[in-house]
Amino acid sequence: MSNTKYILGHFEDPDVMMHGIEKLQENNIKIYDVYTPMPIHGIEDKLGIKRSRLPIAAFCFGTTGLLLGFSMIYYMLVYDWPMNIGGKPPFAMPDFVPVCFELTILFASYGMMFTFFYANHFFPGRAPRVMDLRATNDRFVIAIDAKTNPYPDKINSLLNEAGAIEILHNERKYVSYE
Amino acid sequence: MGTHNHTHNFNQQFEFTGKAKTWSLIAIIIGVVAIAYGFLFDHSEHHAERTFANLLLMGYYFTCVCAAGAFFLALQFVAQAGWSAGLLRIPQAFARVLPIASVVLIVIIIAGLYSHNLYHHWNQEGIAQEGHPNYDYLIAQKASFLNAPFFIGRQIIFLGVYSIFALLLAKYSYNEDTVGGLSNYHKSFKISAIFLVIFGFTTPIWSFDTIMSLEAHWFSTMFGWYNFAAMWVSGLCAITLTVILLKKAGYLSWVNSNHLHDLGKFIFAFSIFWTYVWFAQFLLIWYANMPEETVYFYLRWEPEYKPWFWLNIIMNFLAPVLILMTRDSKRQMSVMTFVCIFLLCGHWLDYYMMVMPGTVESHRTFGITEIGIALGFAGLFTFLMLSKLAQKPLVAKNHPFLDESLHHHI
Repeated sequence: MSNTKYILGHFEDPDVMMHGIEKLQENNIKIYDVYTPMPIHGIEDKLGIKRSRLPIAAFCFGTTGLLLGFSMIYYMLVYDWPMNIGGKPPFAMPDFVPVCFELTILFASYGMMFTFFYANHFFPGRAPRVMDLRATNDRFVIAIDAKTNPYPDKINSLLNEAGAIEILHNERKYVSYE
Repeated sequence: MGTHNHTHNFNQQFEFTGKAKTWSLIAIIIGVVAIAYGFLFDHSEHHAERTFANLLLMGYYFTCVCAAGAFFLALQFVAQAGWSAGLLRIPQAFARVLPIASVVLIVIIIAGLYSHNLYHHWNQEGIAQEGHPNYDYLIAQKASFLNAPFFIGRQIIFLGVYSIFALLLAKYSYNEDTVGGLSNYHKSFKISAIFLVIFGFTTPIWSFDTIMSLEAHWFSTMFGWYNFAAMWVSGLCAITLTVILLKKAGYLSWVNSNHLHDLGKFIFAFSIFWTYVWFAQFLLIWYANMPEETVYFYLRWEPEYKPWFWLNIIMNFLAPVLILMTRDSKRQMSVMTFVCIFLLCGHWLDYYMMVMPGTVESHRTFGITEIGIALGFAGLFTFLMLSKLAQKPLVAKNHPFLDESLHHHI
């Protein structure tokens, strides 16, 4: 067996590539991932990618912010240091709303951002991992895991038939920017 | 996806027959009976005032929903939105009913003014005359603005201008059907931009006049936006409900759950916006606690109104936010149908809370007059809107962004 880890099929046109995905799937070849320089409608459905769970995270962070904001202002204005503001009772609900609202938004937005960074390995100083640099420029790249799909020649011919302009057999998963 | 391989019949026309027609006519008859009951057979003390308050409420609601249709059209043209191109004929039908709704509202207002059943806070004999027993210093200061002829003049000018723009937008779209090309789209874009500027500046004044002046001693600059938010949410709900019901009846094959999702996002977002302006108005008045401002909420916190006051927030904020938060619920027809009907009822209650404390005051009632007149106007709206809808094909087939709408995918 060769040392090929991933087979990459380069396409110049998104429609041709979408057709290529269909072709590979018809032949029971599992696609590892697809890299494109722009978003393509309907590609998630085609590849069977599950919906992002980011909204659930956002909801949890938002709820946390809401509870935290409420507890904070309750502790400050009702428990720790009750103040007479305009003759209102210390536990004046309408006053609490803006604080709770703002903290909900703060937590939801920052929580969502950091969750997104965490899930995508965006850390400071971390070089981004890409399987093919041209996928960020002008090529539409289908990546196939060569270890789980044992017939490289068949994959080659299928990609060629589908209109791939370049086929790479990479021994390393990622290329670096250097 | 799924829209690629379908073939759509773009010359499809809505046929206004059967159940829809029967039920809307029955609702109109119920409305007429309720009005007759309110004026002639209801012998309680404030029956005429109560009937007029309900007529004003529903006349205003009716006009607002139609105006929201025109606003929806203008917004889509100005934003050069593509997703909505396939369902524009529905707000167009709303917009074409606007002139009729305007006439109905103006008739109610004039009758209410001259029979002294509406706007009696500022429209009384000698209210601006020093030394007269009815003299009211505050109202006298506002008399150059709040007087019957100028008031009616403003109503006619505002609603007339809205109606002209609404009809023009519809006309360009029908011209586009026969002529094709981009010239009608460009014209629509231009007049939409002009319309939005006029509408944005005048709707607050229009709502100050029609609703806020019921309690003329009180004023709030948030009131215009608060009313705009209510108008826009209820208009969106009516549009969405019409789309869903048409789709269930087998029309609009080109509208799918993606379009529904966008309408749902609109309803969700503007329900929150409505709450935002409602609360912004409430919080400042509650916090500052100045008697001339708190009088408005004082009336609404009397025992007759307080439960309704809180129900209003629950119906128009909590319910849509909790129900529509997930993606799936916005894409399901059954959930959206429920939310739309619920919010249309909720905004009826919202308008009820705006109108009633200033008109019937502590003699609040909920009975035959309220339900009957609400049903009557709902029937009138359905009947007029569906008959306008049935006159033309259900899609603007030469709309430049129609293809984008067909492939809309989110």
